[in-house]
Amino acid sequence: MAGFGKAMACREHVRIRLGTRFMSSSSSSWWQSVEPAPKDPILGVTEAFLADPSPDKVNVGVGAYRDDNGKPVVLQCVREAERRIAGNLNMEYLPMGGSVKMVEETLKLAYGEHSEFIKDKRIAAVQSLSGTGACRLFADFQKRFSPASQIYIPDPTWANHHNIWRDAQVPQRTYHYYHPETKGLDFSALMDDIKNAPNGSFFLLHACAHNPTGVDPSEEQWREISHQFRVKGHFAFFDMAYQGFASGDPDRDAKSIRIFLQDGHHIGISQSYAKNMGLYGQRVGCLSVLCEDEKQAVAVKSQLQQLARPMYSNPPVHGALVVSTILGDPELKKLWLKEVKVMADRIIGMRTMLRENLDKLGSPLSWKHITDQIGMFCYSGMTPEQVDRLTKEFHIYMTRNGRIRFALNHEYRTLTSTPAWQASIPAMLDIWQMLSTRSRGLPRLIAEAKPQIVEEVILI
Amino acid sequence: MWKCFSTTSRCFSTSTSNKALKWWDHVAPAPKDPITSVTEAFLADTSPTKINLGVGAYRDDEGKPVVLQCVREAEAKIAGCDFLESVSSAVSSKLVEESVKLVYGKDSDIIKEGRFAGVQALSGTGACRLFAEFQRRFYPESQIYMTDPTWSNHHNIWRDAIVPERTFHYYHRDSKGLDFSALLDDVKNAPDGSFFLLHPCAHNPTGVDPTEEQWREISYLFKVKNHFPFFDMAYQGFASGDLDRDARSIHIFVEDGNVIGCAQSFAKNMGLYGHRVGCLNVLCNDAEQAVAIKSQLQLIARAMYSSPPVHGILLVSGILCDPNMKALWVKEVKAMANRIQSLRTTLQKSLEHLSSPLNWEHITNQVGMFCFSGLTPEQVDRLLREFHIYMTLDGRMSMAGVTTGNVSYLANAIHEVTKFG
Repeated sequence: MAGFGKAMACREHVRIRLGTRFMSSSSSSWWQSVEPAPKDPILGVTEAFLADPSPDKVNVGVGAYRDDNGKPVVLQCVREAERRIAGNLNMEYLPMGGSVKMVEETLKLAYGEHSEFIKDKRIAAVQSLSGTGACRLFADFQKRFSPASQIYIPDPTWANHHNIWRDAQVPQRTYHYYHPETKGLDFSALMDDIKNAPNGSFFLLHACAHNPTGVDPSEEQWREISHQFRVKGHFAFFDMAYQGFASGDPDRDAKSIRIFLQDGHHIGISQSYAKNMGLYGQRVGCLSVLCEDEKQAVAVKSQLQQLARPMYSNPPVHGALVVSTILGDPELKKLWLKEVKVMADRIIGMRTMLRENLDKLGSPLSWKHITDQIGMFCYSGMTPEQVDRLTKEFHIYMTRNGRIRFALNHEYRTLTSTPAWQASIPAMLDIWQMLSTRSRGLPRLIAEAKPQIVEEVILI
Repeated sequence: MWKCFSTTSRCFSTSTSNKALKWWDHVAPAPKDPITSVTEAFLADTSPTKINLGVGAYRDDEGKPVVLQCVREAEAKIAGCDFLESVSSAVSSKLVEESVKLVYGKDSDIIKEGRFAGVQALSGTGACRLFAEFQRRFYPESQIYMTDPTWSNHHNIWRDAIVPERTFHYYHRDSKGLDFSALLDDVKNAPDGSFFLLHPCAHNPTGVDPTEEQWREISYLFKVKNHFPFFDMAYQGFASGDLDRDARSIHIFVEDGNVIGCAQSFAKNMGLYGHRVGCLNVLCNDAEQAVAIKSQLQLIARAMYSSPPVHGILLVSGILCDPNMKALWVKEVKAMANRIQSLRTTLQKSLEHLSSPLNWEHITNQVGMFCFSGLTPEQVDRLLREFHIYMTLDGRMSMAGVTTGNVSYLANAIHEVTKFG
């Protein structure tokens, strides 16, 4: 959490006392104390990348899907939906809770197509500004109705989670999650943290494809976590930003949520269409809170709307229309499910290829974590200093926690066709060393390996 | 009601688990929003003669929502576009610059010198909220002075940003005009360096704007007191039909050397209600300070919604960045303002024609979308129950909902509920 603490310190500002000290003529003093904010660790990467004039540059930072030519992907189902709604000239305000149709369809994805909770109208749900907006609304709701509570956040987690609960003035703590040595789940430490937290604590869980580590609990582990949550009376808030991306099957990706629901938990869920529908810029998502009954759901929904009203009044209409057009049409929905599977499979394919190449090298090390880890990201274990070096010297952009978005074919081609490539191999070897837990034999292996295998293997 | 899937091997403390299920028992239903609830009730009403004078959304003479021609054209241009990710910072900066030109004038030095921090926002609400959060962060002891009355959501915004509010005199209930002397007194008596929320034109809900001369006096006083004026400009173009003229109050303050902030909305004047497009800008000393302030505003936005929705941004950008489209837009804004103006005249004349005992001059004196009718809550209620005419309980009528088709019915109804004083 050191990085987070530092960021907080950076943002401390000098309070200017008004009144007797203030001069009436100097209008320029109003904002003198305002320091530049620290760059967002994720968005700042893309900004820097865009500003870099180097022809060799590669961005493996932000979690945005790219095709084999490095272009953002517009799904076919989205193009078709846009075509259908083009010229739709309804620009009126949505209700505060957003598009009813969109929300209905979105709940089915999370809770199940035939969920009894939906039938019984027990879910308080509102359209949100993508995943960020859903998390923020929930954090504000938590602050308002459980003012003494804190939030337990996995270590590590998406950087913006910290900002969201902090700005909502909900104190945070972390719980063990990632095991740096195994590059997997630190399950026993996680369970200890759950047991040791005060009864009735709020926990933020990633439903699938954990960001940034790619490490998810197994189904059995989820069951144990859920059981322990029952014992302790904890509240589970799921951030599901990658449904469909983990396994290629949205229902399977929602398994953790379904387990908790079966166990009787009253959970909260943030859902986003940024990644799985490629609707990043449209800011479409949904916040839902499972309640005891319909009456409570109505009350909770009204309070969520009450929080949204002074933030943005009502959510944006366009993205919601795209989503409800797709999900409301069985053919389009089928197409979407296919396309999600293609995206997920491509990433799984890259992981498999990488692991196979490593095994081909005859590596004595285990690279199982590459295929064990799930989703868009690989948690490389690189230090911030090594990341900086990669960026400064080789124009490779990623977040300083060493999180890498899986590179695709075009990026291999780009990188290997440049003169900088040869120069970068020693640096890559350093990094390679860091990636392995037992590094003695590895540099020799790399040096002896055939160039093209070296290229593919190193570029993660 | 829910099924319990417990297995025999699991035993847990019953009292803990029962407590856990009572998470939201204490959550009461929120009070209905005074403005949106009017539209809800209207939509549920099946009467063929119903009229919605509630929300400030423009309607044509058939009472239908309007999509401006410039917007249609902008839509056509971006159809099939690949901009699904966050808007590039180039497009974003250009849009902010064009928006800010509407505030300060296209040849303003402020823009040439980059002396403003500007960010896109989620329409006017979002712009106000970003500023309120920024105000609390950098002036944690400050409060905000709001006009009495003001748009109801202003109270919610600054309250949720945890900035205490006070009101200052504005509307004079007897004259149905500006309570100018009381306003000046309040400005004088506020502690030096106070934050004020001002409506630069087409005041919501009253439709009462200071004259240019009055704005000069207010601006001068602000300079003396070193107050901070924050302008919420949601109806630029609707007051006079002329965008530049409607920003006159802001120009006056800036000419006097006041440092200001301004929220803009494209909801009404571009008809982009549901797309949530707006802009917040804060005047700065120099480009360097502008970078710092902008970064802080973006930080606030990051923890709220990360980035604004791209579709609306592309529409506004397509219009403002193309001289022909922009010229078309300017014409269309004027047409909307003219229609409202002419219906104001018609309504007033109709009431006079009915020999109403009351003075209805304020209908045409007030400007913008709203008429603060002076009707009491009881009269508003009667209008609803007997005539299916919907407005907010404070008597605010959105004139955009009046048409040549319904103005006589409206006049008759108002006359009915007010003829005995």
